[in-house]
Amino acid sequence: MQELPEALAEPARGRSVAYVWLLPALVALATAIVVVQQKLSQGPTIEIGFRTAEGLEPNKTKIRYRDVDIGEVTEIHVAPDRKQVVVTARIHRDARDYLVEDTRFWVVRPRVVGGNVSGLGTLVSGAYIGVDVGRSGVERRRFAGLEAPPVVTFDVPGREFVLHADDIGSVSVGSSVYYRHIAAGQVIAYALDPGGNSVTMKVFVYAPFDQYVTDATRFWQASGIDVSVDSEGVKLHTESLTSLLEGGIAFQNLPGVERAASVPADTPFRLYSDRERAMRQPETLVDTFVMVFDGSLRGLAVGAPIDLGGITVGEVKRISVEYDRRAGKLRFPVEVDVFPQRIRSRTRDGAESVPADGSSSAAGRAFIDEMVAHGLRAEIRTGNLLTGQKYVALDEHPRAPRDHVRWEQRPALFPTTRGPLDEIQESIGSIAKKLDQVPFDRISARLLTTMDGLDHSLADLDRLLRRVDTDIAPQVEATLTEARGAMQNAKSALAADAPLQSDLDAALVQLAHAARSVRVLMDYLDRHPESLLRGKPKEAP
Amino acid sequence: MTGARPKTGAQPATGRRLGVRLCLRCRAATRVPAAAAAAARLLCPRCHAPLHERRPGSRSVCAALLLTAAILYVPANLLPVMHTRTLFGEDDDTILSGVIALLHAGSWPLALLVFFASIVVPLLKLVSLGWLLLSTLGAPAPAAPRSRLYRMVEFVGRWSMLDVFAVTVLACLVQFRTLANVRVGTGALAFCAVVVLTMLAAQTFDERLLWDSDAAA
Repeated sequence: MQELPEALAEPARGRSVAYVWLLPALVALATAIVVVQQKLSQGPTIEIGFRTAEGLEPNKTKIRYRDVDIGEVTEIHVAPDRKQVVVTARIHRDARDYLVEDTRFWVVRPRVVGGNVSGLGTLVSGAYIGVDVGRSGVERRRFAGLEAPPVVTFDVPGREFVLHADDIGSVSVGSSVYYRHIAAGQVIAYALDPGGNSVTMKVFVYAPFDQYVTDATRFWQASGIDVSVDSEGVKLHTESLTSLLEGGIAFQNLPGVERAASVPADTPFRLYSDRERAMRQPETLVDTFVMVFDGSLRGLAVGAPIDLGGITVGEVKRISVEYDRRAGKLRFPVEVDVFPQRIRSRTRDGAESVPADGSSSAAGRAFIDEMVAHGLRAEIRTGNLLTGQKYVALDEHPRAPRDHVRWEQRPALFPTTRGPLDEIQESIGSIAKKLDQVPFDRISARLLTTMDGLDHSLADLDRLLRRVDTDIAPQVEATLTEARGAMQNAKSALAADAPLQSDLDAALVQLAHAARSVRVLMDYLDRHPESLLRGKPKEAP
Repeated sequence: MTGARPKTGAQPATGRRLGVRLCLRCRAATRVPAAAAAAARLLCPRCHAPLHERRPGSRSVCAALLLTAAILYVPANLLPVMHTRTLFGEDDDTILSGVIALLHAGSWPLALLVFFASIVVPLLKLVSLGWLLLSTLGAPAPAAPRSRLYRMVEFVGRWSMLDVFAVTVLACLVQFRTLANVRVGTGALAFCAVVVLTMLAAQTFDERLLWDSDAAA
C-alpha cells in the first residue's frame, strides 16, 4: 500500500454550477412549445352523419376540398339510434372557416350514374370525403352527409329556379336542362309536395344561360320523342340523345315577347309536359259553360278540345255527375272552358264582327245568343275511331229546336244536341225494335209447309225427267242422225272441187270482164260525152 | 439472492476505506496524502487529471439526463416515427401503431420484439435507473442485486435502437418518388434522444455509489 504514489494536492477552486440541469429544462420547454403549437394548429373536430361507412377508415380517410386535404377521419361509430353512422373528423386549422351551415359532405367512391363515371381514382386510393364549402356565415360542427355527390357545387356560377309539375316525368337528379339544345343546367333536387299531388323540382342554370330565364320563360319536359303527324307528314322532334335516355328539361322564352324582365333566383315556374303546351299563349280570358249531354260520355276526357269549325277554342275542364231530383234521373254535366280570344285572333277585322270578350260584356253575350239562335249547339263527336277519343264540337244545326243559353245559371248552361253517333245508335235501335216485331215463329211454320210442297214438286219433276229419258230421248237421237246426214250432203255440195263451185267461179270471172268493159265505156263517155249523140269519131291517121 | 450466498465475514476493501483513489483518466491508483486538507484538490501524479473519490456530479448529471429522457419519452411515443406516402395515401405511424400493425399482420413475435425493445425497455431503463439513483440517497440496502440490475440496464440499453435503425433503413431505401416514400418523423428523433440519453445516464452513474449505501457496510 505504501508503494502507491501519492496524489498531488492543489488549492481548492470554486464549486462549479450544475449546468447539466439546463438540459431537462430546455427539453421540457421545447416539448411544451411543440405540444402547444400542435394544440393550436389543431383544427376543430366535426361530426358527419352518413348512411353507411363504406370505404371509410379512421386515421386513413381524408377530407378533401378541391382535392386538397383539409382533414382526416379520426373515428367512426354507429349513432345511438342505429339509424346512421357518425364519422368524426379533424379539420385543419386553416380550413375551419369552411365549416358553415350549408357546407356539404359526401363520400367520393367510384360511381356510374346516367352514363357518367366518376371517382375512378378512389378505386386505388380508397374513398375520401368531398366537401362543398357553403356560403353561410353561421358556423357548424355537426353535418348530415350527402349520399351522392351534389350535382352543382357552390363555386359554379349560375342560379337556381323552382319548377312545379304534376309529375316528374322521366327527369331525375342530374338530368340536363337545355336552352336551345345547349346543355345549360341540371336538375339538382326534386321533392313531392306535402299533399302528394304535385312535384317541386329545383334546377340550376349555369351562368351565361341564367340571364335568359325571364318572366316570359317557359319550361317543359324535353325527354322522350315527340312525334307529330300533320298534312306535311311525320315530324319527329327530340331534344338530344342523352335527354332521350336520361330525361331532360328545356326552357325558352315565349315567342313575340320583347321586353322580358330577368328574374331573381328561386323564382317558381311551371313545368309543362311538352313544348307545344309550354309555348301556348296564356289565356287571359276564360268563359266557363256547362253542357249537359244525353248520350254516354265514354271517351270524353278532361282536357278534350272544344272544336269550332276545326279550331280549338277551349277544353273540357270537369266532368261530374248530378242527380236531378225533379226529373228523377242522373245528369252528367260537362264543364268547359272557352277562350273567346282565340276566336278573335282568327277573325280578320277583330272585335268589329266578333266581340271577343265573351260573356264578360253584353256585346259578347249578345253575340253568343245570336249564334245559338242560329242553331249553334254543342255535341259530342268521336275524334279517333281507334281509341274512341271524343271531343266537344260546336256546330250549327239550323233545324235544331229553338234554344238559348241560360245565363242565369252559374256557370251558364249551353244548349246541346245529340251527336251523329247518337242518331245512328238511335236508328239502329229502332231497326232492332222493328226486327223484334217480325213474327219469326209464324214465318218459320209457313216456311216449313212451303218446303213440304216443294218436296212434292221435286218428286213430280223427277218422274217427268224419267219419262223424258225413256220416251223422248230415242226419238231425239234418230232426229239427230238424220240431221247429220243432211249436213253431210250440204258439205259435199259446198266442197272446193264440187261442180257447183267451179261453175260459180267461171260465172264470176265473166262478171269481172263485164264490169271492166262497163268501166272502159264509162271512162270514154266521161271524156267524150258527145259520142253518145255523134258516135265514136274516126281515129286520126 | 444474496441470502443464498455464503456471507464472507470481511467487507470488500474500498478505496475510500483504504485512503486510495483511482485516476479516472489513466487508471493509476494513488494514495491520498494524509496531510492534504479535505477541501484540497488532488491531481493524478502521472497525468495530472483531477482525482475524485466518486465521479463528480454523478448523481445530478445522471438525474438531469434521466429527467430529460423521461420528458422526451412522451413525444417519442405520441409523435409519428415514420411518415409513409404511397400511391394509396399517406400514413403516419407511431411506435405503438407500428406494433399494432405488426400484430394485425399476424407476425406477433416481431410485434412482441418491437414492443419490448421500443416501449418496455426504455421505460424499464428509466424506472430502474431512477430507482437506483434514489436508492443511493435513501436507507442502506444490499448492493449486489442493485449492481446486477445496473449491469443489466447498461447491457440492454443499445437494443432499444432497433426501432430507430429500422426507420432509418426504411427511410433510406424506400424512396420511389411518387410510388412510395418514407420519411423519418419527429417521434423518431425524440425516441433516439431517449435511448441516447438513458445510455449516457447509465454511463454517468457511478456504480460505486451503490456500495456506499450498501446495507452490509
